[in-house]
Amino acid sequence: MENLIKKLEQMVDVKSFVKKREDLYFLTAREEQIIVLLAYLKEKEGFNHLAFLQAVDYIEDNKFMLTYMLYNLDKKMNLGINVFIDREKASMTSIHSLWHHAWQYQRELHELFGIDFPGSPRVKESFVLEGWDEMPPMRRDFDTLEYVERTFYPRPGRSTNDPKDYMKEKKYKNFVDSPKLRR
Amino acid sequence: MEKKYIDEIEKEMKLANEGLPEHERKFFSDARPSRIEPLNKHLENFVNWARSKSLWILAFGTGCGSTELRPLMTARFDISRYGISGRPTPRQASVFVIGGYASMKTIKRIVRSYEQMQGPKYVIALGSCTINGGMYYDSYNTINRIDYYIPVDIYIAGCMPRPEALIAGFEELKAKIRKGECDGMNKYADNFDWYKENQKKIIKDWNMPDYNW
Amino acid sequence: MIKNSESKYKDFVADRSKYPQEENGKPVIDLSSHKYTKIWQGPQHPGVTGNMSVELIVTGDEIVDAKTRVGYLHRGFEKLMERRRYIQCFPIVCRICVPEPDTNEYCVSAAMEDLAGIEIPEKAKWLRTLNLEMSRLANFLMWIGGQAGSLGMGAISQWTMAMRDYWLDLFEELTGGRVYHMYMIPGGVRKDLPDGFEEKARELIIRTRDLLYDIERVFFNNSIVKSRLIGLGIITPEMVAEYGIVGPNARACGVENDIRINNPYVKYAELNVKMITATEGDAYARAKVRYREMHQTLDLITEIFDKMPAGGEIQAKLPNVLHWKIPAGQTYVKAESTRGEHGFYMVSDGTKYPRRVFARGASYTHSISVLEKLAVNISISDLAALMVSVHSCPPEIER
Repeated sequence: MENLIKKLEQMVDVKSFVKKREDLYFLTAREEQIIVLLAYLKEKEGFNHLAFLQAVDYIEDNKFMLTYMLYNLDKKMNLGINVFIDREKASMTSIHSLWHHAWQYQRELHELFGIDFPGSPRVKESFVLEGWDEMPPMRRDFDTLEYVERTFYPRPGRSTNDPKDYMKEKKYKNFVDSPKLRR
Repeated sequence: MEKKYIDEIEKEMKLANEGLPEHERKFFSDARPSRIEPLNKHLENFVNWARSKSLWILAFGTGCGSTELRPLMTARFDISRYGISGRPTPRQASVFVIGGYASMKTIKRIVRSYEQMQGPKYVIALGSCTINGGMYYDSYNTINRIDYYIPVDIYIAGCMPRPEALIAGFEELKAKIRKGECDGMNKYADNFDWYKENQKKIIKDWNMPDYNW
Repeated sequence: MIKNSESKYKDFVADRSKYPQEENGKPVIDLSSHKYTKIWQGPQHPGVTGNMSVELIVTGDEIVDAKTRVGYLHRGFEKLMERRRYIQCFPIVCRICVPEPDTNEYCVSAAMEDLAGIEIPEKAKWLRTLNLEMSRLANFLMWIGGQAGSLGMGAISQWTMAMRDYWLDLFEELTGGRVYHMYMIPGGVRKDLPDGFEEKARELIIRTRDLLYDIERVFFNNSIVKSRLIGLGIITPEMVAEYGIVGPNARACGVENDIRINNPYVKYAELNVKMITATEGDAYARAKVRYREMHQTLDLITEIFDKMPAGGEIQAKLPNVLHWKIPAGQTYVKAESTRGEHGFYMVSDGTKYPRRVFARGASYTHSISVLEKLAVNISISDLAALMVSVHSCPPEIER
């Protein structure tokens, strides 16, 4: 695996190579070079199974982190490639020419996160939502509890057991005053 | 699917297809559901007894609660000895078993299927997700209380309810029918505006899937 | 298609290659020309697939174009899990795949343990393996009932659902619930085997094996089943990488893709797991592969009972789970479910709430891309058999 990283570092700009387990590695790549990297890994190195393409919302850094997870059947290795893109104008190169099923993941990301993949087929179709006109629901600034209370009719009489309040009530009644308990 | 018809829907609509554009009006019925008055006392008792002995359920598994409908039809919990069997279309069924949570897409189909069933019709709501939302109470895609959208006769709690609990629920429904208290259909016809307003608040896309015949 | 060389209707044109007109390999479909009809096979599921609908364009009886519509069971799990603490995520995650909930529990517990660096004791690993194998068997039994039911043989569905009920009774003794178990908590398992469990399980294995031999006589040696399933939905080995096909669908074309052998997880390295493949790649071969995997599952359960140590710890020491903070990182854990590779991708950021949890359902591509490709040029009555043969499970596609 280390030989592979040396080869890749001469071709593209990859950073922060992390070994998570014996068979799982993570890389960070740049957005412009992703097609070159994935095509090289798919054709020459045998990473020809795309497991998924997903996004993580880092709202405090104003970025989305996309993850491409590849699998090599001969060497039995998983490789995860992270790409950071901008959150305001979220758009990414489409990889539908490499795999025939990549448009599904791109359709889901477009609907649930609002990330645009220009050129990908069938990316504007609806995946799971019907008649949805709010912001993309998986973004972190979409408050789902407030939406639920506004749209649906919650039945009254529901009480939540927040673990901290419950513990305070049942066990540590003098939690705040007792000096010996470590918080 | 264009969104221009949403602007045309007004709040105080009376009919189901009022306010829709011309080419979509024929998909929805013009008439409101009507009440069915009970017959005279002895005949109604006899007819209710007959109805309770042969309830046919609509075989549409709407949520994860319907995984326990299949073991019901095997020889261990044999439900056909109660006269109950699963039918494929709403026109042949009289009980609608709503299994669990209902997402936005599914609630539109549930409302459609319920309106297509012939009266008298009954609804059994299975699982805690129909009572107050269950564990998906804060999900943006599932509804919290199903009796604001269609009338419900019996609730069966659990996650998921065992097949024996389902059979007990059916027995309760039969006792309720024989007493003459199962009135969901008339309740729907009387409060049609209220039900429709609730439904239209969450179902924003009334268009049928497009056919070309 | 119709072979018409010796029939008396010599003028009858049975050559289907003439229409639809094709352009660049895709059919030119003109809906207003009254040659094509667009119908919708709706969310009522034929067989045991789940709520998923297929929008079809047909000419007569033959499908020309198909589009899958999912979303009837979307509950937004990933958004719900961002609002819950790590231990609160655990009880809801088994509802992601309704017929086989244990793979989800294992994956989420293993992901939390991977991120937090916790090692679980030996007995707990054996019990987890036993639980996973039993749930694979229960799901396979339901699947073969669905495959026969979609062809019209409802009797096999009655036999297998009844046998699955006995296995669910065993689950209830072990974990307390028939369908949703919530047994593999992070750190180990909840309970040890009760007394008398092993004898009951061994007796049930013998009964299940007799049922499987019955099914082989009635289903696999049946001329109607053979003429309907052989040649239906052929998957070639080149399609496996292009379309992301995993599980028995890939193994039935010859690709050796089994996570229990390639990247073994709990205790599979010490068991005698063989790779089961076939070469034809059609629906009959897939059914055969799954049938042989059912036999292998019964052998593995017997082997687990022979090799499992009698006593031992079942739970590792965890910090106070209500205030559990996992250090920042990302991981991906896979397990082999009946449909293929079922994985969980978890990203944590050092607080009490997970940043992102993603469940990669095994049939994500099977139901959408693969089905849309395989459904062309078959008749409408074979569509239900094809949907069950690629074993789609819509709750895990749309979570």
